[in-house]
Amino acid sequence: MSGFAQNTFNGLVSGAFYALLALGLAVIFGMLRVVNFAHGAFYMLGAFGAYVLLTEAGVPFWAALVIMPVGLGLLGMALERAVIHRLTRLDPLYNFLLTFGLTLILQDLVKLRYGVQSSPYETPSLLSGSVNFGLFDFPTYRVFILGFAVLLCVAVWWVLTRTRIGMVVRASTERPDLTRAFGIDVGRWVTPVFGFGIGLAGLAGVLAAPMRAVNPLMGADLIIVVFAVVVIGGLGSIFGSVAAGFGIGLVQAWGEAYLSAFPIVSQTIVFVVMAGVLLWRPAGLFGREEAPA
Amino acid sequence: MLRIENLSASYGEAQVLREVSLEVAAGEVVTLVGRNGAGKSTLLRCVMGLHAGQRGTVELDGRDISRLPAHKRARLGLGWVPDDRGSYATLTVTENLTLPPTVGPDPWSLERVYEAFPALYTRRDSAATMLSGGEQQMLALARVLRMGARLLLCDEPTEGLSPLLVQQVGELLREAKRHGVTVLLVEQNLHFATGVADRHYLLAEGRVAEAMDNSEVRSRERELLAYLGI
Repeated sequence: MSGFAQNTFNGLVSGAFYALLALGLAVIFGMLRVVNFAHGAFYMLGAFGAYVLLTEAGVPFWAALVIMPVGLGLLGMALERAVIHRLTRLDPLYNFLLTFGLTLILQDLVKLRYGVQSSPYETPSLLSGSVNFGLFDFPTYRVFILGFAVLLCVAVWWVLTRTRIGMVVRASTERPDLTRAFGIDVGRWVTPVFGFGIGLAGLAGVLAAPMRAVNPLMGADLIIVVFAVVVIGGLGSIFGSVAAGFGIGLVQAWGEAYLSAFPIVSQTIVFVVMAGVLLWRPAGLFGREEAPA
Repeated sequence: MLRIENLSASYGEAQVLREVSLEVAAGEVVTLVGRNGAGKSTLLRCVMGLHAGQRGTVELDGRDISRLPAHKRARLGLGWVPDDRGSYATLTVTENLTLPPTVGPDPWSLERVYEAFPALYTRRDSAATMLSGGEQQMLALARVLRMGARLLLCDEPTEGLSPLLVQQVGELLREAKRHGVTVLLVEQNLHFATGVADRHYLLAEGRVAEAMDNSEVRSRERELLAYLGI
């Protein structure tokens, strides 16, 4: 039983990363109709940035947790203004070329300076050790990640459903042209929303630094699963991306624990789930068919 | 109040409007009638600023708004009632009503809207797309009244409604007119059109074929209905 609890907990922690990344992809796709393949690269930059800040400037984890998301969010906004906004009304193929190209550029820039070896990042002392939950112990840092990610998802949900900004973002996401006709400057919200999504990816990266190997390819490994998560949840669905993120984290952890005798199954289970969901509901679990503009 | 001059518009290769010129005076209710594909909806979309690829001038109160984006036109007092009713599935009824900022001197309060439409009040926290077709039409009209729009652009507001609801739409438009609101209305229901409007333009193949007043439409109703294919 304690093994099951352990696996479930670890699944939720991986799921927290999937959820944060998928959430950013969902708000970006909703507002810009752009699938951001560079999302994994920004996650990597978050982790790498935290590592560089610590080793080269002595900036601690807690400061990096603020600096990196804000800095990357601003970089994202600059990129949106410079290149991403040119994608509107172009063939979706350009979307893929541009954002995938950005990924390669960002990865190689980091490789050029720091090589491909993984670097360790020390867990902040406040969060080292473990927390005892009756029968079993969990690493404090992972408990922190889970709580932090859940709080963040709830906060984003609250802003989207309970505030005027959220209402404008929902309306602009659902029907941009109609929303313009109601006196709302939809274009003004595009850049900040893109920056926000990128900031979330950077934040996930900083959170990952102490528990994952920090290297230029860490985002590329993760993003494939995140895209499966987004497809399962329903492209553009905020709730779907978060729910599917945690769900896939669990499925993966259980698969690895209980199907380890069948490595082929445990390694592909996410994509099997994705294929099944697509057969059953082509728009994803919480996705809706595209409405006309 | 609204002056359109030499307005042309196309969808790709297909030209939908050819040098249309027309005027709507402040406080008037004017309809656009015409067959399907005559360009009525496109004309409204051009006035709203939602149609890319248009030439000619659209003037509001003597000011050329042809180059203004849609959101700025809305803020000058244009109220859009789209043909599909424009209900947001991800917004509640109340949110659908309060999404547009108030733009005119005489906006309806939310309380007044809910007093006039008790059905909307009882469903105020539901997603707007859960309402019936008629309720969604009322929502679309109530939304532009709450904005305080001075010029309503209504695209077939009576389409698919029961006679009772058509009557209610008519009363609403007449009340708006009494308060000085101007309306440009796309309408196929001639009986309804003569009941609420002052004048009519017949659009054919992207051109203004005729300008008519109510008595003319009434006396030629049979001929017009045959022409419209209704």
